[in-house]
Amino acid sequence: MNPHRTAWLFLMPALLVLGIFFLLPVIAALGLSLTDYDLYALANIHNLRFVGLHNYWALLHRPLFWTALGNTFYFVAVGVPLSIGTSLASALLLNSPLARFKPFFRTALFAPVVTTVVAVAVIWRYLFNTKYGLVNYGLSEIGLDPIDWLGNPHWAMPTIIAFAVWKNFGYNMIIILAGLQAIPPELYEAARIDGASAPRQFWHITLPMLRPTMLMVTILTVAGYFQLFAEPYVMTEGGPLQSTMSVLYLMYEDGFKWWNLGVASAVAFTLFAIIFAVTMLLLWFARRGERAEGGRG
Amino acid sequence: MNPRLARILINGLLLGATAVALLPLLWMLSVSFMSPGEASSLPPPLLPTHPTLGNYRALFAQAGMGRYLVNSLLVSSAITVLSLASNLMAGYAFAKLRFAGRERLFQALIGALVIPAQVAMLPLFLLLKYLGLVDSYAGVIVPGMATIFGIYLVRQYARGVPDELLEAARIDGAGEWRIFRQIVLPLLKPIMVTLAIFTFLAAWNDFMWPLIVLTGQEHYTLPIALASLAREHAQDSELMMAGSVITVLPVLLLFLALQRYYLEGLLLGSVKG
Repeated sequence: MNPHRTAWLFLMPALLVLGIFFLLPVIAALGLSLTDYDLYALANIHNLRFVGLHNYWALLHRPLFWTALGNTFYFVAVGVPLSIGTSLASALLLNSPLARFKPFFRTALFAPVVTTVVAVAVIWRYLFNTKYGLVNYGLSEIGLDPIDWLGNPHWAMPTIIAFAVWKNFGYNMIIILAGLQAIPPELYEAARIDGASAPRQFWHITLPMLRPTMLMVTILTVAGYFQLFAEPYVMTEGGPLQSTMSVLYLMYEDGFKWWNLGVASAVAFTLFAIIFAVTMLLLWFARRGERAEGGRG
Repeated sequence: MNPRLARILINGLLLGATAVALLPLLWMLSVSFMSPGEASSLPPPLLPTHPTLGNYRALFAQAGMGRYLVNSLLVSSAITVLSLASNLMAGYAFAKLRFAGRERLFQALIGALVIPAQVAMLPLFLLLKYLGLVDSYAGVIVPGMATIFGIYLVRQYARGVPDELLEAARIDGAGEWRIFRQIVLPLLKPIMVTLAIFTFLAAWNDFMWPLIVLTGQEHYTLPIALASLAREHAQDSELMMAGSVITVLPVLLLFLALQRYYLEGLLLGSVKG
C-alpha cells in the first residue's frame, strides 16, 4: 500500500474528531460573535442578523463585563504568584537532602490535584462557613472575630484564590521538582568550595537553572487561571455582588442561561485574545531578560 | 544553620503542608459518617459520635447517586477507550510514518493548543443540537474522542521505537496495520497506561462541558449531580460530604494505584515540544 495513504488512514480518526468538534466550532465561534444569535435565532435561523463588531463594541460599554474582567485579572494576578510560590517552596523542601519520607510527602501534597473541583469546592464551602466552619472556629479560638468568607464581597475572591492554590500547587510542584533534580550537583559543589552560602547558591544557581521550567509553568498556570469557572459556580454563584463573577462565568450565563450565543461568543473570543496577548507578553519578557543576562555575562 | 535544626525545620514544614493538603479530605470523610445536623454545632465536631452510613444510603436510595456513578463510569471509560485508540494511531503516524506536510501539520496542532476549549463550546452546542446529541451520553463523549495533548504524548514516546524494527517487519511482508498492532502497540504499553489514567481522570473531573450539554438529570455525571445537589441541599453538610466522597474516592484510589504512570505523563507532557 502507498505509505502516504497508510499515514493518512492512521491520522483520520483523530483529525476528523479534532476538525469537526474543535476546529470547526472555533471558526464558527468567530462567525457567531459577529451575529446577534439569540433565543429567536435558536428557534428560527431566519431571525439571525449579521451585526459586525457590534457585540465587541457593546461589551466595552457593559459594566458587568469590566467587573468580570477585573475579577479574573485579580484572580490571575494574585493566584498565579501564590500558586507558583507555594509549588516552588514545597518542591525545594521535597528536594532537600534532609527531608524524610519523601514519597509519602510528595503523594500527599499532590493528592488535591487529582480530586474533582466540584467535590472539594463543596468541602471548602463548609470549612469556610461563617457559623459552623472550622476556619472561623479556629479564628475564634485565637480571639479573632468570625469572617463571612464567601458572603462578603471583599473576602469571597481571596477565599477562592486560597482554594485554587490548595487545589493546584501540587501540579507545578512535581514539574519544578523534576527541574531541581536536573540541576547538575557539580554546580553546587563548586559553589560550596568557593564558600557561597545557601541563599547565594539558591540565587545564583538554582533560580537561573530553573528559569526555563518556571517560564513554562507560569505560562501554563496563567492560561489555566484565566479560565476560572467551576470554583465560583459552586462556591459563590458569581456573588456576592458579582465579586467572583469571572469572564468565563459571564460567557456561560450569556450563552447558556440567556441564550445570547452571539454575545457569549464575543466574550469567549475576547478572553482568548487576552490569554494570547498575556502569553506573548510573558514570552517577550522572558526573552528580553535572557538577552540582558547574556549581555552581562 | 545547625543541621539538626534545619532537619527539624524542613520536616516540620513538610508535615504542616501535608496537614493542610489532607485535612479537608479527611474532614470530608469524617463528616460523611455523621448523622444529619451533627456537623452544624459548636464546637465543630471532628469525628462522628455514632458513625453511620445513613448519608450514603440516602444518596443512593433517594438522590439517584447510583445512576450518576454509573453515568460517570460509562462516560469516562468510553472517552478513555475511544481517545486512546485515535491518539495512539495519530501519535504513531506523526512519529514513524512518512507523509507530505507531516511536521507542518504537527506544528499546527501544537499551535492550536493555545486556543482555550471554551471558545469552541457555544458552536459545539449548536452542532450537537443539530445532530440530536444534546442531553445524551454521546454529547459528552464525542468531543473528547481525540486530544492534541494525547497525540503529542504518544508521538514523543513513539519516536523511541527503532525504525529497523519496522523496516524488518515490512521486508517480511507484514502489513502496516499488523505492524502497528503486533510490534508498535506492545512497545507503547507504558505510554498507553499513562494516557489512559490521565484521560480517565480528566473525563471524570470535567465540569463545564457536561454541565452545558447535559440538560436533564438522567445523564448527569457525578460532578454535575453534586453541583446541583449542593444548590438544593446547601444546609445538609453531612449528605453533601458523602456525595463528595463518592465523587472523589474513585479517582483518588486510581491515582494512588497508578501514581508512577500519572506523574511520568505529567512530566512528559510538560517538556517543551
